[in-house]
Amino acid sequence: MSATWTAVGQVGIVVLVLAAAHRPLGDYLFRTLTSPTHLAVERVGYRVMRVDPDAEQRWSTYLLSVLGFSLASVLVLFGLGRLQDRLPLGIGMAPLDPAGAWNTAVSFVTNTNWQWYSGEAAAGHLFQMAGLAVQNFVSAAVGISVVAALARGFARHGTDSRVGNFWSDLVRVTVRVLLPLAFVAALVLVAAGVIQNLSAHTEVGTLAGGTQSVLGGPVASQEAIKELGTNGGGFFNANSAHPFENPTPWTNALEVVLLLLIPFSLPRTFGRMVGDRRQGWAILAAMSTLWVAAVGLLTWAEMAGPGLVPAAAGGAMEGKEVRFGEAASALFAASTTMTSTGAVNSMHDSLTAPGGGVALVGMLLGEVSPGGVGSGLYGMVVLIVVAVFLAGLMVGRTPEYLGKKIGRQEITLVALYVLTMPAVVLIGSAIAISVPAGLAGQLQGGPHGLSEIVYAFASAGNNNGSAFAGLTVGTPFYNTLLGLAMLVGRFVPIALVLALAGRLASQRKVPDGAGTLPTHTPLFVGLLVTVTLVVVGLTFVPVLSLGPVVESLS
Amino acid sequence: MTTTRPHHSAGSDTVAFARQTWAGLRVLLVLTLLLGFAYPLAVTGVAQVAFPWQANGSLVSSAGERVTSRDDAVGSLLVGQAFDGPQWFHPRPSAAGEGYDTLASAGSNLGPLHQDLLAAVEERRSAVADADGVDRADVPVDALTASASGLDPDISPEYAQLQVARVARERGLAQDEVRALVDDTTVGRDLGVLGEPRVNVLRLNLALHTMGS
Repeated sequence: MSATWTAVGQVGIVVLVLAAAHRPLGDYLFRTLTSPTHLAVERVGYRVMRVDPDAEQRWSTYLLSVLGFSLASVLVLFGLGRLQDRLPLGIGMAPLDPAGAWNTAVSFVTNTNWQWYSGEAAAGHLFQMAGLAVQNFVSAAVGISVVAALARGFARHGTDSRVGNFWSDLVRVTVRVLLPLAFVAALVLVAAGVIQNLSAHTEVGTLAGGTQSVLGGPVASQEAIKELGTNGGGFFNANSAHPFENPTPWTNALEVVLLLLIPFSLPRTFGRMVGDRRQGWAILAAMSTLWVAAVGLLTWAEMAGPGLVPAAAGGAMEGKEVRFGEAASALFAASTTMTSTGAVNSMHDSLTAPGGGVALVGMLLGEVSPGGVGSGLYGMVVLIVVAVFLAGLMVGRTPEYLGKKIGRQEITLVALYVLTMPAVVLIGSAIAISVPAGLAGQLQGGPHGLSEIVYAFASAGNNNGSAFAGLTVGTPFYNTLLGLAMLVGRFVPIALVLALAGRLASQRKVPDGAGTLPTHTPLFVGLLVTVTLVVVGLTFVPVLSLGPVVESLS
Repeated sequence: MTTTRPHHSAGSDTVAFARQTWAGLRVLLVLTLLLGFAYPLAVTGVAQVAFPWQANGSLVSSAGERVTSRDDAVGSLLVGQAFDGPQWFHPRPSAAGEGYDTLASAGSNLGPLHQDLLAAVEERRSAVADADGVDRADVPVDALTASASGLDPDISPEYAQLQVARVARERGLAQDEVRALVDDTTVGRDLGVLGEPRVNVLRLNLALHTMGS
């Protein structure tokens, strides 16, 4: 079989599994988020936590719960990082410095999982399993909770802006969805060779007479939720390229499926929550179109191998593993950047110039194709509102979506949402290339150096976490600034989405009229994809021209 | 703890936020017991009973047997290790520390236009061509490039076949004997389409090592 057909074949397997899984999982998520009853274990939990899971919250209270929970998470994670040498299972690791602990705490709480440190050299087992892995679960659950609140905003009419109960959403998504899936996935990964123990790293003598450390750690339990929650923070520095995180081609396909699973299932959940499954299909179609295009382009770029070094070496295998090769690396790279996961199975800094450009654009799309768990869907719904608004302007009617009018206040919230991420990326990059501490981090100057810096802020501002890892980011300058970028890039959009949800929930339903734009047709899907690309294009063309485009042409 | 009153002043907002943060801390601590302790320990327990060899690192002894104790191990079948002498099959170039350092897994992160990387590729091409007595153009790409992890356990079947003549000569073995070992160690794509064909270098060198003894 030719290389092209095997590349198509492995994408095909991933697509088939997702096609089979997204409906049952989407339906299960729907039942989880709408069921009136609590599980016995959840009721015990709520009593210990002393929270009322049945009190309907206004959007502003829901937001305060999200922010309060996230602040508590940052503080606990910061503390665990600073004190890891004094806690059990520290395996001899030094405490993180304050700027580094701040960056890591924010990074994992915001579902970014940007890593300035190298796991095997800096993180103890307790910090990883009781700190980082816990945030892998709950930061994912926060994203799903926020999109559930937005769906309720569309589904409810004339309430006093009540959008659900954050504690109930958080606990249910964690206990009923993420935990069982992660448990099964972790054991499958162990069977394939991903390690799961509590041993430290110890040195052994190798066959050729040298020495090498055998690594230990609870890796599989963290790996499973790292992909499933679109987190991406590796137990080891090499992330999913490390043989102990991703030992075989089929675990690689499994990890790609895991990181796409929930983002591609949530449109179904959304469609059912707003009482119109066709809306879910339309969203799924737009997301799939963009994902397939990115996988295709990135796979072509890596297999064709343009550029000085790939041409000289006879292929783009720098920074790739033999067991994956170009095609499985490209599939992973496109999927991880378009889901805001940020795990890598190849080193993105060594991707071909067009391949690295696709990965960068995947993030700059605002991560809606399909995006991170929850965040991808609420990002896409925001773009739908933009598309509906534009269509309304063209025909001179008040735009509406799912029976809700898009008035001045709604479109203001949406516009602020759309502007937040580009502001973070462009202002952050501008600061970094204007000061010596920023420029000092580049591994190489010129267009590739600019790409490294823009990639870092795109990754942080979109809560992705992947990196052009040549950039030296373990400095107080980058740790502090990227930490701020992650924080703004996560919580400003969440606040705007919840405010939108509250306004929508308080509106009366507008009955569909002759002038209502249908939002489930192929025409609308086309409009939505176009709007997504145009918004990004207008914002980022100048900086992309100076980075990957110049590099591709040279 | 979930306040539903509208807030009217900055002061009451601050109080409300403090209450939500305190509630958040309580929720986080309970969830940490579940997700940070019960879950990983349960996975560890099941893994250690059901898949003890894999869970402890897929370790092998110098006799090529699966072992779970590190005292008996020469390394992990999943993790590449350095082989320098002419009597061994060589792995790929590695950017992990000084090479195959498991405490520093990493790629080179050099971009596709980097002059240092171009120079390294040409240098490696000459070194392999000289060591194995082959044409410079016949050196496959995985021999010229560093992997993503720096711990790649595999090489391409082409690179393994290219090394057969040298290894056979150094060990005083027939080329067919060594070639048979390479063929036995070569695995194809998973399910026919996933990943790439490959040869595990440690497995191959263990087969050589145990054949001699």
